[in-house]
Amino acid sequence: MIGLEHYLVVSTILFVMGVLGIFINRKNIIIILMAIELILLSVNINLVAFSAFLGDLVGQVFSMFVLTVAAGEAAIGLAILVIYFRSRGTIAVDDANRMKG
Amino acid sequence: MIQLFAFYLFATIMIASAALTILARNPVHSVLWLILAFFNAAGLMVLLGAEFIAMLLVIVYVGAVAVLFLFVVMMLNIDFAEMKAGFVSYLPFGLAIAFVLAAEILLGVGIWQAGPIQLSNRAAPTPDDMQNIQAIGALLYTRYIFLFEAAGLVLLVAMIGAIVLTHRARGSARSQNVGRQNRRRPEDAVVNIAQPVGKGVEL
Repeated sequence: MIGLEHYLVVSTILFVMGVLGIFINRKNIIIILMAIELILLSVNINLVAFSAFLGDLVGQVFSMFVLTVAAGEAAIGLAILVIYFRSRGTIAVDDANRMKG
Repeated sequence: MIQLFAFYLFATIMIASAALTILARNPVHSVLWLILAFFNAAGLMVLLGAEFIAMLLVIVYVGAVAVLFLFVVMMLNIDFAEMKAGFVSYLPFGLAIAFVLAAEILLGVGIWQAGPIQLSNRAAPTPDDMQNIQAIGALLYTRYIFLFEAAGLVLLVAMIGAIVLTHRARGSARSQNVGRQNRRRPEDAVVNIAQPVGKGVEL
């Protein structure tokens, strides 16, 4: 039978995959944003799994708010990316040091 | 049995497509793999009995966020081959970090397995006689109504922020100037002249 541990392991693997995606695609900010979406998805799986197995609905309500913030974050991140690309002509984030002072 | 099969199917496809999301050479393919991962995560949520969150994942993530990513990837003219440079040199460090992180989390889960958790008083116990969507609605529109409205505010701020950031006034576009229109008076706009016969009109 499927237990809570199965879901925890799946969400752990997904979380680690997201972190790995941030590290290996250090130049491409679009992939970094997608990796952040993967991390938030794994958090959602975790919340819903605990909510289902402990019989408490608050986890699912909270997961909805995580989804809201993830959607807003993606919209703002991509907007910043678009204006960065407009002014620089590239999206390489490893030389984004204009504001280092 | 069918549940077991469905769980392993969804989990395997989700993890494989997540791996392909971060490894794909072309970001358009990355977005498509991300969509597949979200669909399979929605399947996992259905297996857990959280139909509302599953539908929300499909609608919000696949319908809005992934399409937004797709638009941006296709709109920007980026040399993605150049982006991939350094991929191999970052790989060992990334794998080391990922391995350490996975080991830590799995260790934590293993320690947790030593004793089961029982909540003595639940904040909102799952009702037996209601469907998932009904129960979430009854909770969300009563006890968590302020949080719900705060989530709406977050979305509003994100929308305004995205529009303000990307909006660009083009010089060539002719747009309405409301203040100038309201300041305009008939005496400035209309001139009465006694036009002599046989002369041209001076404009």
